[in-house]
Amino acid sequence: MRWLPALCCCLLLAMPAAAEPLRWGADAQSGAPYVFHDPAEPSRLTGFETDIIEAVAHRLGRGPVMVQNDWDGLIPGLQRGLYDAAIDGIEITPEHRQAVDFSIPYFRTFEQIVVRRDQAGLDSLAALRGHVVGTLKASLADRILQGEPAIAVRTYDEETNAYSDLALHRLDAVLLDWPIALYYAAPDTRLKLVGAPVGDLAYGIAFARGQDALRGQVDQALRDMQQDGSLRRILQRWNLASPQAVGPGLGITVPSSAWQHYLAATAPIPGLADRLRRYASFLPLIARAAGLTLVVSACAMVLAVVLGLILAVTRRYGPRPLAFLAMLYVEIVRGTPLLIQILFIFYGLPGLGIRLDPFLAGVVALGLNYGAYEAENYRAGLQSVPLGQVEAAVALNMTQMQAVRHVVVPQAFRLVVPVMTNDFISLLKDSSLVSVITLTELSSTYVRLSTTYFDYLGTGLLIGAAYLLLGLPFVHLARLAERRLARGVGEARR
Amino acid sequence: MEATAGPDETGPAIVRARELHKSFDGTPVLQGLSLDVAEGELVSLIGPSGCGKSTFLRCLNLLEIPDRGTVSVAGISVQRTGGRWGRGDEEQAHRLRRGVGMVFQGFNLFAHRTVLDNIMLAPRVVQRLPREPARARAMALLDKVGLSDVADRYPATLSGGQQQRAAIARALACEPRVMLYDEPTSALDPELTDEVLAVMRQLDRDGMTQIVVTHEMRFARAASDRIAFMQQGRIVEIAEPASLFANPAHADTRRFLKHFL
Repeated sequence: MRWLPALCCCLLLAMPAAAEPLRWGADAQSGAPYVFHDPAEPSRLTGFETDIIEAVAHRLGRGPVMVQNDWDGLIPGLQRGLYDAAIDGIEITPEHRQAVDFSIPYFRTFEQIVVRRDQAGLDSLAALRGHVVGTLKASLADRILQGEPAIAVRTYDEETNAYSDLALHRLDAVLLDWPIALYYAAPDTRLKLVGAPVGDLAYGIAFARGQDALRGQVDQALRDMQQDGSLRRILQRWNLASPQAVGPGLGITVPSSAWQHYLAATAPIPGLADRLRRYASFLPLIARAAGLTLVVSACAMVLAVVLGLILAVTRRYGPRPLAFLAMLYVEIVRGTPLLIQILFIFYGLPGLGIRLDPFLAGVVALGLNYGAYEAENYRAGLQSVPLGQVEAAVALNMTQMQAVRHVVVPQAFRLVVPVMTNDFISLLKDSSLVSVITLTELSSTYVRLSTTYFDYLGTGLLIGAAYLLLGLPFVHLARLAERRLARGVGEARR
Repeated sequence: MEATAGPDETGPAIVRARELHKSFDGTPVLQGLSLDVAEGELVSLIGPSGCGKSTFLRCLNLLEIPDRGTVSVAGISVQRTGGRWGRGDEEQAHRLRRGVGMVFQGFNLFAHRTVLDNIMLAPRVVQRLPREPARARAMALLDKVGLSDVADRYPATLSGGQQQRAAIARALACEPRVMLYDEPTSALDPELTDEVLAVMRQLDRDGMTQIVVTHEMRFARAASDRIAFMQQGRIVEIAEPASLFANPAHADTRRFLKHFL
C-alpha cells in the first residue's frame, strides 16, 4: 500500500485542470446539425459541434459548460467574456477575423442549391440568374448571391422559413451551407438537393483576442482528433463526412447514428395521440421559460413603478434642475428602441466598468425603459387631481411632500391603475427581447421548438396560451384593485 | 384714507394684518390692507366680487403669499418686503398655519378617504398623533358637527351640507385658534346652509375666533361681532352689524348693502 499516497498526489495534481470548466457559447436555436436541442428530448443539447467541443474540452481536461446566446451576439459575447470560446457554424472569413481569433478549421463544406422536386435545370449559379433565391442573412451564401446581379435575393433569419417559402413557391431556389440543406431540405419530400458544390467555407472555433494559450491547446486537440480519426467518427455519426469535410480517409467507418436519430425524431407525426404526446414533452421547457418571463417581467415592473413615481413627482414638484433631468430621462428613453437599450446595458456598459449578469441586465433594461412610460402615466394622474386637494392639505399644515404623499399620489394612483395593467401586459411581451442577452424565455423557446420540428402552428398555440395564462391573473388582479381604489368616487357616480 | 380696524374691547388681537399688498400679473388685488381681530371675535368680510376678500383671507394662512406687509397669528409673524419666498419663509409659514384652520367654498374633502379618515389625517401626519387618540378626537368632532353616523362613508356620498360640516370638523382637528371660512355656504342649496351656519354659531359661542368671507347677509348681521366692507383691495368700512346696516358711513357701503335689503 506504499503506492497509495503517490496515487493520491497524482490525482491531486490532475485536479486543478479539471476544476476550471471550459465555457463555450452557441445559439441552440440556430438549428441542426450544429448545436441544438434533441427533438426527441428537448432538454438535451446535441449537434455535431456539441460533440466536437465536448471532445476538445475532454482532451483539455476541462468540463464543458454551454452558454446560450443569440447567434448575432456570439462574437460580442466573446469580447465581453461571457464564455471562453464560441462554436456555432462561425465561418472563417476576413470580416470575422477582424473581431476574433480562430482555431484551425474543424469542418469544411460548401454552399448547396436546393429546389422543388418538380423543377429542372436550376442547378448552378448561372442557371439561377433571373430567379428568386433565398438564403440566411449575412451568410457566405448571401455574399455569393449578392455578387450575382441578375439574381433576386431574399434573406431570412431562420433556415426553415427559407425552405418552407421554397415549397410554397415563394422562392425558386435556396442556397445555404450543405449541412443545413442536408438536415432541413433533404428530409422534405417536396424538395431536392441539386448541382455541384458552390464556393467553399470553413468553420472555426472563435476566441476573444489575446487568448493565444487556450487557442493553441484547442488547435492541438483538434489536430490530435484529426490524426486519431475521432473527428471523422463524429462527422460520420452525423452523416457529414463528405470528402470536403475530412479529406483523405483513414478507412474507418461508423454508422450515421445521430443522423438517423434526428430523422426519426423529426419525422412528421401522423397520429393525433403521438402529436399530443410530443406537445406534452414540451411542457417542462415551456413552464421553465414562462417562469423566467414572469420573474423578469415582475421584477422589471416593480422597478418601473418605483422609478416612474420618483420621476413623475420630481418632474412635477421637484426643483427646476432635477425636474429638467427627469424630463430629459423620459424623452431619451422613450425616443430610443428597447432592443438597443438592452444591448447597450449588457454589452455596452462593461466598457464603463459596469458588468451586470444577464438576468439583472434584462430586469434593469426593461425596468428603466418602462419607468419612463410609467412616469408619463403618473404625471397625467398627478395633474388630474384637483388643485383644491393640495390647498386643503396645505391649509391643514401639511408640507408639500406630505400633501403629495398622503393626498395627491393615492388619488392619482387610482386613475392610473388601468393603464398600468396594460403596461404590465405589454412588458410581459416585450420581455421577449431579453433573449438577445442569453436568457431563454417564452419567445425564444417558441423559435427553438418550432424550428426544430417545423411546427409553427402547434407550438405557436402552446406558447400563445402560456402568455395568455401569465397575463390573465394580472388583468383580474388589476380589476380588483381598481374596484377597491375607486371606492368613494365610484359610489358617488352611482 | 382707510378705515383702520383696531381690536375691540373683547380682548387682545390674535390676528393682525398690516399693510398687505398683493398683485396678480401686475393687477393689484390687495392695496395696503390692515385688520386686527380679537380673540373670540367673529368678523365677516363682505363686498362685491373681485374686491379681494378671498385673496385677503388666503393671505392670512399664507395659501397666498402677500407681496408686502405683515401677517401675524397668535404671535407668529410673517413679514414680506417683496423679496423671494425662501425656505425660511416657508418654515415660518408652517409655524403660523399651526394656529389656523380653513374651510373652502368647494369643501375640498379628500375624495379617497372616509369622513373619519379625512379628519384623522392631519393630526396623524402633521401632529404625529397615535391612531387611537386621533380617532377619539375625530369622533368627538364628528359628534360636535352632528355627523357621527356617517363617519365611515366617503365624502362623495354625503350632501353638501354634510360635507361642509365634515370639512369644518377636519379643520378643527388640529386644534386651531383661528378659523377662516371662504364663502362656506355659496356652493350649498339654501335649505342646507343653515346646518353649516349653526355649527359656526356654536363655535362662536365656544369662543372660537372666526373670519368669514360671505354673501350671507342675514348670517353676517346676526352672528358677526364686526363686519368689514371691502372694495378694490381695501377695507372701506368696518363696524358692528347694527351700526353698519343702520347707518353706513360710506356711500359705497350703502349702495352695496341696498342689493340685500
